Amino acid sequence: MSTKSKSGSGVERPLSPHLFIYAPSWTMVMSVVHRGTGAALYFGTLLLAAWLIAVGAGKSTYDTVSWMFNTWLGQLVLLGFAWSLLCHLLGGIRFLIWDLCYGFGEKERRWLAIGTYIGSGVLTVLVFIIGYIVK
Amino acid sequence: MRTPLSRVIGRGSAKFGTEDYWVQRVTAVALVPLGIFFVFLILCVVGAPYEKAVAVLGSPWAAIPLGATVIAAVLHMRIGIQVIIEDYTPSDLGKTAFILLNNFFSALVALAILWAVAKLSFGM
Repeated sequence: MSTKSKSGSGVERPLSPHLFIYAPSWTMVMSVVHRGTGAALYFGTLLLAAWLIAVGAGKSTYDTVSWMFNTWLGQLVLLGFAWSLLCHLLGGIRFLIWDLCYGFGEKERRWLAIGTYIGSGVLTVLVFIIGYIVK
Repeated sequence: MRTPLSRVIGRGSAKFGTEDYWVQRVTAVALVPLGIFFVFLILCVVGAPYEKAVAVLGSPWAAIPLGATVIAAVLHMRIGIQVIIEDYTPSDLGKTAFILLNNFFSALVALAILWAVAKLSFGM
């Protein structure tokens, strides 16, 4: 093993075993999903910015952007955005429950993860149904 | 003469090492109601004609909580992405570069959204 590291700390330290050596579990996948949806929402803020700027820019720009969000690709992106938001929201409530020192038991952890998957899926479908009804 | 205090200032815990952790929690709590508000706001505007969208988004009932949502969300995401960068960037140079980019992106996206909300509110 070399003694000089790339990160400049002086010593090449072994990396701890990462995701891929473990059999996936509900809680472990939820942890990855929470990071993934967080990162997706990070770039999703660009969609919100573009949309709000379009509303401010005038009717023709607004109509163009509305049309883009109404294409199947636009709807798919919005579905991903909505699910990411709701999943990260529910996953975040899970973290707040842990911050209050509840829900650390094996069963509780598992059900908090499964509840987040189911809850976010149901809420996303609900939001889209309401969206199509009011539209 | 050096006092014991002057020897320890700047060393060890500076009493703000947990600031990011705490801001992440404060914004998370704020974003629970604000996130629900945001979903309802989008549902109010979705598919609306232009005049209605402008009227809804420009009203203080939408603009003020929307501004709060954006501020809380950007503070929250800046810290979250920094943690991901710190976890997965192998080199110090890359880490510094990505953290800088993260700060610039977060500031710009917040300013862009707040500018748009202000424009809709004040009709410039």
